[in-house]
Amino acid sequence: MNAYMAYKVSTQTTLAMFRNKTFTVRRRFSDFLGLYEKLSEKHGPNGFIVPPPPEKSILGMTKVKVGKDDSSAADFVERRRGALERYLQRVVNHPSLLQDPDVREFLEREELPRAVSTQALSGAGFLKMINKATDAVSKMTIKMNESDVWFEEKLQEVESADQHFRKLHTLVESLVIHRKELSLNTASFAKSAAMLGSAEDNTALSRALSQLAEVEDKMEQLHQDQAANDTFSFAELIADFIRLLGAVRGSFDQRMKAWQRWQDAQAMLQKKRETEAKLLWANKPDKLQLAKEEIAEWEAKVTQYERDFERVSATVRKEVIRFELIKYWEAFLPEAKAIA
Amino acid sequence: MMQEGLDDGPDFLSEEDRGPRAVNVDLQTDATLQVDISDALSERDKVKFTVHTKSTLPNFKQNEFSVVRQHEEFIWLHDSFVENEDYAGYIIPPAPPRPDFDASREKLQKLGEGEGSMTKEEFTKMKQELEAEYLAIFKKTVAMHEVFLCRVAAHPVLRKDLNFHVFLEYNQDLSVRGKNKKEKLEDFFKNVVKSADGVLVAGVKDVDDFFEHEKTFLLEYHNRVKDASAKSDKMIRSHKSAADDINRIASSLYTLGTQDSTDLCKFFLKVSELFEKTRKIEARVAADEDLKLADLLKYYLRESQAAKDLLYRRSRALVDYENANKALDKARAKNRDVLQAETSQQLCCHKFEKISESAKQELIDFKTRRVAAFRKNLVELAELELKHAKGNLQLLQSCLGVLKGNT
Repeated sequence: MNAYMAYKVSTQTTLAMFRNKTFTVRRRFSDFLGLYEKLSEKHGPNGFIVPPPPEKSILGMTKVKVGKDDSSAADFVERRRGALERYLQRVVNHPSLLQDPDVREFLEREELPRAVSTQALSGAGFLKMINKATDAVSKMTIKMNESDVWFEEKLQEVESADQHFRKLHTLVESLVIHRKELSLNTASFAKSAAMLGSAEDNTALSRALSQLAEVEDKMEQLHQDQAANDTFSFAELIADFIRLLGAVRGSFDQRMKAWQRWQDAQAMLQKKRETEAKLLWANKPDKLQLAKEEIAEWEAKVTQYERDFERVSATVRKEVIRFELIKYWEAFLPEAKAIA
Repeated sequence: MMQEGLDDGPDFLSEEDRGPRAVNVDLQTDATLQVDISDALSERDKVKFTVHTKSTLPNFKQNEFSVVRQHEEFIWLHDSFVENEDYAGYIIPPAPPRPDFDASREKLQKLGEGEGSMTKEEFTKMKQELEAEYLAIFKKTVAMHEVFLCRVAAHPVLRKDLNFHVFLEYNQDLSVRGKNKKEKLEDFFKNVVKSADGVLVAGVKDVDDFFEHEKTFLLEYHNRVKDASAKSDKMIRSHKSAADDINRIASSLYTLGTQDSTDLCKFFLKVSELFEKTRKIEARVAADEDLKLADLLKYYLRESQAAKDLLYRRSRALVDYENANKALDKARAKNRDVLQAETSQQLCCHKFEKISESAKQELIDFKTRRVAAFRKNLVELAELELKHAKGNLQLLQSCLGVLKGNT
């Protein structure tokens, strides 16, 4: 099937780096994924928290493509639109990411080359991927000498928040299921009450019962709507948040990787020095020269990695602080809207 | 009064329930004989009801007295009515259902087992909820037993029954043992025979229009009430599950909110409070629906069955009467045992006419009672739903105001 959904992305800006003040482009879902790929490759290793995109959903998109003419398809598109919007907002609100030419291109350019490497993000879902990555990292018995207790605290906070939000998410999903059940049961009760009303031979009571049936019918509709509402505003938000927390963990992991590289380089350097010492003792001048060169190389690497690590740590630190501020506003706004 | 101190929140069952507990039946209370259940105690696996009687009738030794009765003794009383031939022409008030705390007890046990896996707040909250549920079931079973007694007391003939008086007055154990296996088996077979017979008898068309109409009506009505009762039960159960979920979400949010005291956490706490209050309202709605709607339907399910039973007995008597007529004709033709046949025919005729007469009145009363009960309960249901919806709306509006004020 070659049909696809195109989303309209409109930008209004006063920034000098853009060509116009207002402009609109059409983007496919895979374009958003492609943007994420590029950004995470470039900035992830430096400790930036790259906002994650919404998950791929084969079932949802198939419904839309097949042209299923009921509210579930429309709902799905609406949910996706909202999620994509939130995603883009996060990207452009990030001062460093906004400077990235890929982002600018995404917003401005008429036709984007098809992002083909998004296959990696298919099926299993982004969340699972993050999970696998973090599991792999934690299984590497990295006993990091945490010189900065701040990081340790923050990581713990993030992990416990992640746990809580996952739990909350399951609970909200269960609520949605029960609400849907309630609306179904209300509908069948309404029918039954109508039947009872028609069997009743006292006319006034009969009328009353059939009216009861009508009221219950309306209730059913209401319950259904409420279930949908809960899904959209609440559950989605929480899922979003969980993905975001995943990204935060990712950045911590990048920092750990940087540290590991530094340590490995130091270990290498140590080995090379030992080799040099041995060679000195064994008196092999030609190999000695090679060894000296290698040592110089590794020394440079060590310094490099150390600097990298410092840099990444600083970035992560800044990012996390920024993240906490954003967390507040994001959570608050949609929730208030939802209640209204 | 009953142990009502179990839940300490705003009381789970609203004030409406403290009035006369005859929720389902609209009865004229008569000063000459008033019966109610003034107290009830729940022990391991039985419930002890204190039946309190006030009477000006000369049959009783005192004017006011109380005895303690258990569920089996109610059943004994009911069965004695059913088996009494003299009462064949009346709708026997349906027996109250057995008090069933099994489901509640199971939940309590599960809660105890899972105690380690949840936080202290969650545990206390769930425990409170279960206790409230237990209390609600308890109150319901008391109400049902009371309604049974009140119906008997209000019935012009049944209230004079000797067994009834013994039940009310005899202040020692009635030594009514539950049916043993053999008797239960007998009952089972009796029921099988009865339903087969009932099908045969139902096929006999009635000469009397009134009864023919009643028969068709009752059959259909009974089936539909059964259906409505089942569906309303399902609906209310879903409602309760949704309320449970909201409760758990509320505690989860509360835990999040107490992590530290940032603004975000204060926000979480407020939302948690909102959910908690919503849940209370939703739970109340479900409970009220249960009481006014589900119980009403269940009761009329049983009553319509009792009315059907009456019609069955009448049809049976009719068939017997017709058979007796045929036997009489045969006897006259053969000129043998004519006197015997005549007496038997007279008896059947008499029985049939007696049943028909009282049945007519009973069925008319049944209709009036039914309409009145439905009216009362539906009105109350509507009023309660309205009240709760308004409360819910107010709650959401105030919460919104608070949250907006936070910006």
